[in-house]
Amino acid sequence: MGELRLMKGNEAIGEAAIRAGVDAYFGYPITPQSEVIEYLMAEKPYERTGMVVLQAESEVASINMVYGAAATGKKVMTSSSSPGVSLMMEGVSYIAGAELPCVLVNVVRGGPGLGTIQPSQADYFQATKGGGHGDYRMIVLAPASVQEMSDFVKLAFELAFRYRNPAMILSDGVIGQMMEKVELFDPLPRWTEEQITKLSPWATTGKPSTRERNIITSLDLRPHVQEQRNIKLQNKYAIIQEKEVRCEKIACDDAEYLIVAYGSSARIAQKTLDIARAQGIKLGLLRAITLWPFPSKQIHELLDHVKGILTVELSAGQMVEDVRLAVEGKVNVAFYGRMGGMIYTPEEILDVLKAKIIGE
Amino acid sequence: MAEIRMEDITRPENLVYKKTPLMTDNILSYCPGCGHGTAHRIIMEVVEELGLQENTIGVCPVGCSVLAYDFMNVDMQQAAHGRAPALATGIKRTWPNRTVFTYQGDGDLAAIGTAETIHVCNRGENFTMIFINNGIYGMTGGQMAPTTLEGMKSSTCPYGRDVQTMGHPLKMTEVVATLPGTFFVSRQAVHTPSAVRKAKKAIRMAFENQRDKKGGISFVEIVSNCNSGWKMRPVDANHWMEQNMFPFFPLGDLKVDGKLVK
Repeated sequence: MGELRLMKGNEAIGEAAIRAGVDAYFGYPITPQSEVIEYLMAEKPYERTGMVVLQAESEVASINMVYGAAATGKKVMTSSSSPGVSLMMEGVSYIAGAELPCVLVNVVRGGPGLGTIQPSQADYFQATKGGGHGDYRMIVLAPASVQEMSDFVKLAFELAFRYRNPAMILSDGVIGQMMEKVELFDPLPRWTEEQITKLSPWATTGKPSTRERNIITSLDLRPHVQEQRNIKLQNKYAIIQEKEVRCEKIACDDAEYLIVAYGSSARIAQKTLDIARAQGIKLGLLRAITLWPFPSKQIHELLDHVKGILTVELSAGQMVEDVRLAVEGKVNVAFYGRMGGMIYTPEEILDVLKAKIIGE
Repeated sequence: MAEIRMEDITRPENLVYKKTPLMTDNILSYCPGCGHGTAHRIIMEVVEELGLQENTIGVCPVGCSVLAYDFMNVDMQQAAHGRAPALATGIKRTWPNRTVFTYQGDGDLAAIGTAETIHVCNRGENFTMIFINNGIYGMTGGQMAPTTLEGMKSSTCPYGRDVQTMGHPLKMTEVVATLPGTFFVSRQAVHTPSAVRKAKKAIRMAFENQRDKKGGISFVEIVSNCNSGWKMRPVDANHWMEQNMFPFFPLGDLKVDGKLVK
């Protein structure tokens, strides 16, 4: 069993970064995720593992420091919250276009604009549908506990390097700020220069006489070549879609009704499930863990016994669009959300389920 | 006088100059008369002469030199507009023993990338910045740059730059020289053989400082022409540059060994 600690979600991100053998963290403070960089600065990982921690002048600079270091094959990450992540979207598009592995964490707060510092899940579209320009995808993982804040740092790097693609941990102010028990994974050493050049022969590590120069770019002005670059990306995304979907199904086997949720909403909905089951309502919960690739097939497979679905999100309804696409109109899909930093209670969700789904 | 024959001129013992292998054989995408090609060449000559090819990672910008990686035979990264100093920070911080340089134009370094430029020069990152200032946006077709001179015409100031409404030309090199994180700041040109020699000396100094871990940015501005954007013949553009650009952007060292030159 690994080391147990009581930690904030944001602190777990910081500790997991050190333990995952990350080479550098570049970030800029913003509520509600500033504890990530505060934790790292206090821990001085540059003394423990040699990991670089740098406070940049902006999120624009952070993501471009990540871009530069990721292109050299290093394990690098950044974290921010919604307005800061908006600033990073240009860089994310370049990183996706240049096919570089890196990890981003978004501890989502309410928007639009400066919005609020309270939790929200209103950045689902930005994370899963683009955000920056061009046809690209990020792998998006949604932790629902402090444990997963830690575990997903390691997982996100594995996926990012497996596919040479940026991966995002889409958390929210609830998970970032709450404290829970977390079992930390055993530390991994940082990669050596030899390991980097072997694992990432494409990386710009300095051109030895034994190979041609490496160039990291998203640019090609020849349309037939740029189209091929795009097709290559889309083929990669199809493989990720096929192989990397993750979700958790709770009490789904005999469920007549289903809640689909992710992150902190799934935690709240789990309590709704307990109350509903105690009342004899056959409710199940499908918790999406990867938001992209989305568990469309896994939802569709439940439709042989599920008669109606409620999607709950701390937004005006974003993931519900993907649920509806998965369901293809076969059963009723209702939505319930709160916005602006407000959070529903389990009872509130059950009332909506009864009114919009079971009542029919 | 004896007839001079081509085979005599090209005999190995008569060769006084050859192209550095650090420039590729790709045909330069720059307009005839442009300073970019010369600037590329002397940077790559310095990298070769210092034996740094295997150690060097370059970052190119958005602008005419967006394709610099087609011509420079070292590992290269292509940055978003203005962000080259942030990329270079990420590279240098994780590979402190590599030689890292950025190559940026005036729009990239002194307009959209102002924050990145100021902050790497303030943090004292240990890499080399090459700044090509031709007072205009070349690649996009001759629009006003942060360094466009007062009264100078461009496609977005067709009646001349009016400093009252369009702001003043920005002396970014003077700005960064005042920051504590710059170690060497120089302004040069590449329009004559003697200017090229001086510019190469400054660039050599900028790479040596980094190699010797002097601490801080080594920054070399090259005031260059843009005959296409300025709508002049190459020779006229060089004369115009001497008469108009150099008085506002005077050549020479601004900061040496971390101390401002009086």
